[in-house]
Amino acid sequence: MMFGFTRAQAVGFFVMLGLLIVAPFVAYPIFVMQVMCFALFAMGANLLMGYTGLLSLGQAAYFGMGGYIAGYSVQTLHLTPEVGILLGGLVGGAIGVVFGWLSIRRQTIYFAMVTLALAQLVEFFAVQDTSFTGGENGIQNIHRGRLFGALPLGHDLQMYWLVLAVFMIGFIFVHRVIHSPFGQVVKAIRENENRAISLGYKVEHYKWIIFILAAVLAGVAGAMKALVMGIATLSDVSNSTSGIVVLMVLVGGIGTVYGPLIGAAIIIAMQYYLAGFSDWVTVIQGVIFIACVLMFRRGVIGELGAKLKLSL
Amino acid sequence: MMMILGKPAPLLFGQLLLGIINGSFYAMLSLGLAIIFGLLNVINFAHGALFMVGAFVTWGLLHYLGIGFWPALIIAPLMVGAFGLLIERTLIRFTYKLDILYGLLLTFGLALVLEGIFTNGFGSSGVSYGGPNILSGTLNLGFMYLPVYRAFVVFAAIVICFGVWFTIEKTSLGALLRAATENPALVQSFGVNVPRLISLTFAGGVALAGLAGVLAAPLYSVNPGMGTSLINTVFAVVVIGGMGSIGGAILTGFGLGIIQGFTEVFYPAASSVVVFAVMAVVLLARPAGLFGRVA
Repeated sequence: MMFGFTRAQAVGFFVMLGLLIVAPFVAYPIFVMQVMCFALFAMGANLLMGYTGLLSLGQAAYFGMGGYIAGYSVQTLHLTPEVGILLGGLVGGAIGVVFGWLSIRRQTIYFAMVTLALAQLVEFFAVQDTSFTGGENGIQNIHRGRLFGALPLGHDLQMYWLVLAVFMIGFIFVHRVIHSPFGQVVKAIRENENRAISLGYKVEHYKWIIFILAAVLAGVAGAMKALVMGIATLSDVSNSTSGIVVLMVLVGGIGTVYGPLIGAAIIIAMQYYLAGFSDWVTVIQGVIFIACVLMFRRGVIGELGAKLKLSL
Repeated sequence: MMMILGKPAPLLFGQLLLGIINGSFYAMLSLGLAIIFGLLNVINFAHGALFMVGAFVTWGLLHYLGIGFWPALIIAPLMVGAFGLLIERTLIRFTYKLDILYGLLLTFGLALVLEGIFTNGFGSSGVSYGGPNILSGTLNLGFMYLPVYRAFVVFAAIVICFGVWFTIEKTSLGALLRAATENPALVQSFGVNVPRLISLTFAGGVALAGLAGVLAAPLYSVNPGMGTSLINTVFAVVVIGGMGSIGGAILTGFGLGIIQGFTEVFYPAASSVVVFAVMAVVLLARPAGLFGRVA
């Protein structure tokens, strides 16, 4: 099929694109933009979790840092927003190069603990280095500026098209990675690492590259989110954000193409509608975690795909 | 004033003591994690939350029932252990047949639930707990002032760690546990009720977290986030030491606490991150961890 899409995925693609074009006129644009940012973030996490079998509990490090970089470069360095987003991705990726190099030395639960610990390091940095991150206050009132120095982004709808474009590029990119020969090897590593090694593949390189890609996506997503919301805060770099992105992938469906988007939509919607219950949101998220693990391991898209006997 | 390595002795010894206390908690918590992981193959991400529950139970026993520190030292771990037994039987046991990561995700969710409930009940700033009168005050050792309760915590942690090490390495119950870790099917075929052994091991490991929570209650502010902030460092300790040996977990825990204490004296800015730096070095030089089997 076209671009490695199955027919069902191709239909899904156009349905998704259509919905996202209509969405800002029906729903609150900020909400949909936030969903797309987190979906991009979750697609990166899904590359690691779903396709490589590596559970990272430290993805917020790249997401939060991307946000700080975008906020700092737009607000303090007066750079244009697209440069801010690009820098967010680059810095996220650069941290990913170092952290990935360290973490892929261990597997499964140890890998998870290493990523968690390294993310803790970034969080400490964000708390302490107040001149750059603003510490407890974060970077506030970030103005979106003008795209390429010309197109204004101040209005939510103007920003929306930028976020949609970046999201779609990210989506197609991730899809191409998964369906490339490179992606096939990555899936082989997930299925049987020893066999992949004995076939002569340098599995560390594959894992490392996926780790960096996930970090770049997280950085871009964090940078965009900071511009959308006009604020970069400690909570974006904290452990709970790392947990939330894992939850999004789990709820949407690990190792599915559309799972991260659906998962992001469900979790963000929940945060919006349950905002009045403040701390109970954490409890509900925890309960969803437990329910997903015990009864619902394929997630929404995975269950749907299994019902329809389609790969979504 | 006596100077050591260009630093005043009271400062050096004071920070060293704080380091040893931190190390006591690292050791007790990583010990519980290692025991649970050995038999259940589950890395208990709710361990920090259960440590926090232990501290809150201690506070609650005094606040609601007027039960003091010493009885709490027994009651609170038992309650946390019983709660552990409950969650093992109702939730965690269903993950044994699944990929190892699902156990992690489940306990991660459990930690969120516990933390959320306590945040709702007591607010994120938490409550404070006085501690036993008999252990208040300080001793003058000549070169430093030693708060009695802190000395007690270190002493208690050493006794607890030794007790657990002794039970696992030197008793017949420990031999059974080690055998079940090695080959559960074979042990079961000898007529040992392995599922019950697994449940009780989880309860025991969790009770250890609860016991650490009791010891922590008079020392730190009792708040819902106290477990999470500690357990993230403990995970780094576990990565450094590896979970292959009980003795290794204890040594790494105390060792890193002491390293942290010294860093506080000589380069305070790095004290909160030194454990992670050590972790990075160990990952580069000895990826399996200092005492670990390759995993």
